[in-house]
Amino acid sequence: MIVLWGSNARAAHPIFFHHVLKGIRNGAKLYVVDPRRTESAQWGEKWLGLHVGTDIALSHAIAREIIANGLENRSFIENATSGFEEYQAYVEPFTLEYAEKECGVARELVRELAHAYARADRAQICWTLGITEHHNGVDNVLSLINLGLLTGHVGRYGSGLNPLRGQNNVQGGGDMGAIPDRLTGFQHVENDELRAKFEKAYGVKIPAQRGWHLSGMFDAMEHGELTALYVIGENPANSESDQHRCMKLLKGLECLVVQDMLLTQTAELATVVFPAAAGWVESEGTVTNSERRVQRVRRAKNPPEGVRDDMTILCDLADRLGHSLGHPSAEELWNELRTLSPMHAGMSYERLEKSGGLQWPCYDETHPGEQYLHARLWERPIIGPLAPFSPVQHDPPVDLLDKDFPIRLTTGRRLDSYNTGVQTMHYASPLRWGETLDLSPEDLQRMGLNEGDMVRIVSRRGAVEAPVRVDPGLKPGLAFMTLHFPDQVATNELTIDAIDPKSGVSEFKATAIRVEKVSMKKKQEAEAAVSN
Amino acid sequence: MSTPPKAPDMKIPIPRGPLPIFPPERPKRLVEITIDGKPASVPEGSTLLEAARTVGIETPTLCYLENLTPVNVCRICVVELENSRTLVPACSRKVEPGMKVQTDSERVRTSRKLVLELLASSVDVSTAPQFKEYMQRYDAAPERFGPTGSPAKAGERDQIQPGHHHAADGVHAETVAQPVKVDNDLYVRDYGKCILCYKCVEACGVDAQNTFAIAVAGRGFNARISTEFNVTLPDSACVYCGNCIGVCPTGALMFKSEHDMRQAGTWDEKKQSQTDTICPYCGVGCQLTVHVQEQQIVKITSPLDHSVTNGHLCIKGRFGYEWVNLKK
Repeated sequence: MIVLWGSNARAAHPIFFHHVLKGIRNGAKLYVVDPRRTESAQWGEKWLGLHVGTDIALSHAIAREIIANGLENRSFIENATSGFEEYQAYVEPFTLEYAEKECGVARELVRELAHAYARADRAQICWTLGITEHHNGVDNVLSLINLGLLTGHVGRYGSGLNPLRGQNNVQGGGDMGAIPDRLTGFQHVENDELRAKFEKAYGVKIPAQRGWHLSGMFDAMEHGELTALYVIGENPANSESDQHRCMKLLKGLECLVVQDMLLTQTAELATVVFPAAAGWVESEGTVTNSERRVQRVRRAKNPPEGVRDDMTILCDLADRLGHSLGHPSAEELWNELRTLSPMHAGMSYERLEKSGGLQWPCYDETHPGEQYLHARLWERPIIGPLAPFSPVQHDPPVDLLDKDFPIRLTTGRRLDSYNTGVQTMHYASPLRWGETLDLSPEDLQRMGLNEGDMVRIVSRRGAVEAPVRVDPGLKPGLAFMTLHFPDQVATNELTIDAIDPKSGVSEFKATAIRVEKVSMKKKQEAEAAVSN
Repeated sequence: MSTPPKAPDMKIPIPRGPLPIFPPERPKRLVEITIDGKPASVPEGSTLLEAARTVGIETPTLCYLENLTPVNVCRICVVELENSRTLVPACSRKVEPGMKVQTDSERVRTSRKLVLELLASSVDVSTAPQFKEYMQRYDAAPERFGPTGSPAKAGERDQIQPGHHHAADGVHAETVAQPVKVDNDLYVRDYGKCILCYKCVEACGVDAQNTFAIAVAGRGFNARISTEFNVTLPDSACVYCGNCIGVCPTGALMFKSEHDMRQAGTWDEKKQSQTDTICPYCGVGCQLTVHVQEQQIVKITSPLDHSVTNGHLCIKGRFGYEWVNLKK
């Protein structure tokens, strides 16, 4: 059994979805939990079309139904988890009736998913940004982990809890220590012994406290604590929520260095731009995918003249700053990493080449890598700490719906485009129709709109104009836009920077908007003003 | 609520646990057969094609591919099986104990030769490299069916209704020649090169993409690959994953970039390098084989044996490289 929760993998992870389809053809049941009836949901046994931001309420209701019917995995809970009694008490009020009212999902469907999940031999929950891009994204994830712990669908072949990573090396970035509180290999920076190991190898002192995450950096800019920013391969000027604030803060920096493959909108604001090679095809190294598989990227072509790869830029910069890091090859740098990060120790380039990629942890050169994690939870007695249940609070979206802003806008990706479009805008996709405000057929009719009509979309932070498009997969009161065409429609002028304090991620998935007709006369006046 | 559960101390690394456990594989019996007089011993469930490989015999195939379900349509892989009235397709016939198989008998050679001649006399096989090799191997002489008939006009073959075919004139070789269909900027369909191997239909359907944008329409010699009601690709269900191009054995389906370069006479595989790397888009980590000619990416494929892709990609991975070529 596969549960896709807040994930439209058919469009956002198409080749992962090939594997899901193989599973369906082999008899696996797919359940899709998503406010939209997406192209993924169309393949589901059932679709649970919950209201945006009610994931925790639904998850607790599923848990309550499992416990009420005695379907929880008692022996796993006793051996490997802590806090079950508190969790059981906490979810008790989340009845099927409550879920139906709060989440908008028929109680029979909640019951069916709960029973199917608990009774399955093997079951996975896979999620994406529909879970994490909320002001309480970490709590959303914890509520799904609770379900895995409750049923023992974790740490075994074919079972598990899978966040589908959205970018080709977002997993690798975290593994390498691009997380505020971690050094390479998830080793905690506030652990003296671990930090000392890195200090010895690098010959420098490492600050003993965690740093800021992205949203924390913007707050620090606001407070004047952060005045210089070095951005590598990121386009916050388009990708951050509440763009007015973001642009103001970036423009207020004393120094902004941008290292990117293309002259992004962020790069246009920069004091200095370092043009970088395309990591996937103009340089050597590794990336790590969603299944923790470390794979080699190789140089297939030379970068344009005057363009260096990321590693060379950093080493050259270090030379200029008077602290040479040497000029190691990608493999030499990787081998240094293997001496510092135990979970990568066994991954020589030779093994990576031969195997077509290894999954961490891989502790030594005879270790095969691990297809799934947390097998330790099934050892008796358990190895390492117990896995805690998290009685997390259901907390609806910050941007409230009211009379003035009655429609819930959510954002996501389409099949042929990617993020802010800097890479995908250049190929001639026949599937691309530009930015639209997608609405349900009912809302379109209620507002007296036809497909293609220009509308003004207003949130509490900004307003943009876009043509409307009908999407029968949307429920009345729900609207959808992408971030793929920032030059045409700056969707993130609408979104809220309500930030999850635990992850630093904004609530991109839940904005309150209203839709106004753009009158033809006003539109013509505006066009005339432009042409004059 | 009583005391909340104590979260583990995140600063302490979690100790190493046991290795993952996988369900045991069902043991497979070995099956003894004889191929061209040589004994072969292969696991039950193997095909004759796989069995022949174990004794060093390479079988020609056109419609077979490792990542697709065999459909047995091209008949190039047929072998002679003792006590079987007809020749059997090696790509899908499973081994049975005591089978005696001939892979290079006179009957097999004649059959393979005729298949090649019928295809090559009616289809343009100039961009199907293995075709030339097979034709030499079996002394195929497609020209013996006479000079090629005149090509159909654009769209003409797509209009033919079942039962409405015309009789051959007895002089010219029947042909599927027709103009190339160019209706989008990503790939072209040159059905004058199509041998109806069904691979594209399978890759678009249950074997990989599950989009079902194309199927076989028409009957007999007028059978052809078609979108629903023969609409253009942009009007069809096609999502431009290009997995049909990835499996096409004759170049009937081709990247527009390659097609245009071939038209301009600039396509030169001797000047091309192929490098394996990883797709720059989502987190699935698809392996790409990047074909580069004179520092420009000219096409992207994926290895059939890679555990992530099985040779299949999506529109972004296959076509979304243009920005690298534009970069100055």
